[in-house]
Amino acid sequence: MVLKKLKAIIEENASILYPDITLDTLFKDLYQDSLEEVDLLVKIEEAFRIKIDLRKKYTTVKDIVDYIEQVQND
Amino acid sequence: MNRVVITGLGIVSPIGNSIENYWSGLINGRCGVDYISKFSTKHTDYKIAAEVKDFQADDFLSKAELKSTDLYSQFAIFAALQALRDSKIKGNIQPNRFGVYFGSGLGGISTVDTEFMHMIEQGTRRVSPYLIPKIIANSAAGLIAIHCEAKGPCIPIVTACATASHSIGEAYKTITHGYADAIIAGGSDAGINPLILAGFSNCGALSLKQNPYQASIPFDKRRDGFIMGEGAGALILENYESAKRRNAKIYAEIIGYGNTCDAYHITAPDPEMTGCFNAICMSLYGLDNYMANDIYINAHGTSTPKNDKYETKVIKNVFGSKAYDISISSTKSMTGHMMGAAGAAEAIATILTLYNGLIPPTVGLYEKDIDCDLNYTPNVAVKKNVKIGLSISMGFGGHNACLTFQKVRKN
Repeated sequence: MVLKKLKAIIEENASILYPDITLDTLFKDLYQDSLEEVDLLVKIEEAFRIKIDLRKKYTTVKDIVDYIEQVQND
Repeated sequence: MNRVVITGLGIVSPIGNSIENYWSGLINGRCGVDYISKFSTKHTDYKIAAEVKDFQADDFLSKAELKSTDLYSQFAIFAALQALRDSKIKGNIQPNRFGVYFGSGLGGISTVDTEFMHMIEQGTRRVSPYLIPKIIANSAAGLIAIHCEAKGPCIPIVTACATASHSIGEAYKTITHGYADAIIAGGSDAGINPLILAGFSNCGALSLKQNPYQASIPFDKRRDGFIMGEGAGALILENYESAKRRNAKIYAEIIGYGNTCDAYHITAPDPEMTGCFNAICMSLYGLDNYMANDIYINAHGTSTPKNDKYETKVIKNVFGSKAYDISISSTKSMTGHMMGAAGAAEAIATILTLYNGLIPPTVGLYEKDIDCDLNYTPNVAVKKNVKIGLSISMGFGGHNACLTFQKVRKN
């Protein structure tokens, strides 16, 4: 559920067209530059109504999904 | 010292987003002023502006660039790419000899307006990470350099409404003295937003007329202020020898430039117009073999009560009684005041006047003002084979610029 919604947010907002986003996809492959990285994280924050640490590095999509689920369960 | 010619032109304007449409609009007296469509004017005194129409940035910018550029940069890139294509200079110049002198009066001011509201309504965290690159006044120059692979000198010049004229003039000096072989020069502004219009209205500079066709009326007795416009103009200035070597189309030669400051008041022009007088004289330096009948002046002509009166006075001071034989027009009567882009749009109008032998009119000029009694080419374009064209620009801060162009034989 989280992954599906996350994929939709990334596809709508990222300038890079990534064919098939999975949990193992590297987050850095989904954005153009550091500005777009922050922009995506803020859009994810808005959509899930959580606060994301913008300075933390998220290696894979799974890292972000895990973080969202952890915050939602807290 | 090197001679400098114009080999490429590009424009985004309220009367056309190509050189063909822009020129056609000018000589047919098409007025680009209309009721504001970008936002509601229900509760404002001002109702009209000269907006750019049919501009689709996603036709030429990637999704990433659309997110990270203000409209003023988008206008600038589009105009510069047009000029680049027109000149056919790509591939015929070393990148480190190819520069960009491109400024803006207001920079990304519309983004400031939008993001400020985001901050107030949703908190600081919702301010876009793209805010800074979008708003800074050098973004357009940097982005043009990226798109055009120009690795030579690159600077934005900011002198309010004289911005683009100074950009062109400084580019001319740079090539003349051998620091570059070609430079994309011009200016861009996209400041039609509630905040800026309120500012101009409240300082008494804006026209509050409600009829779009009788508002930007330079030199007319009924004028009461300028009409806000927007857009971008780009010119390729090139070393004449380089242009000749590659058999480039040459629109005109730039032969003079004057740059002075009134040092009088931050917004009002000096009634004595000494600064403007000196700028015009500087740009005419060395030119003494022309009759008044050979000259065209594209005036600053903002349609404010003071500017048009003082500008008439300074033209008479420079040329004496011969001023009455000179063909003058203000193309702001059609484009509105394009702010930082005005100098480039008007330089292009001046160059095309020389190239085509046709003087664009000052539209809306129906009631004579005794203080404005020169020949402003009222309402209808006039066929006239002028040889010298002057473009005058003045800006808040007391900035004065004058460019002088010379007709060349078509090749």
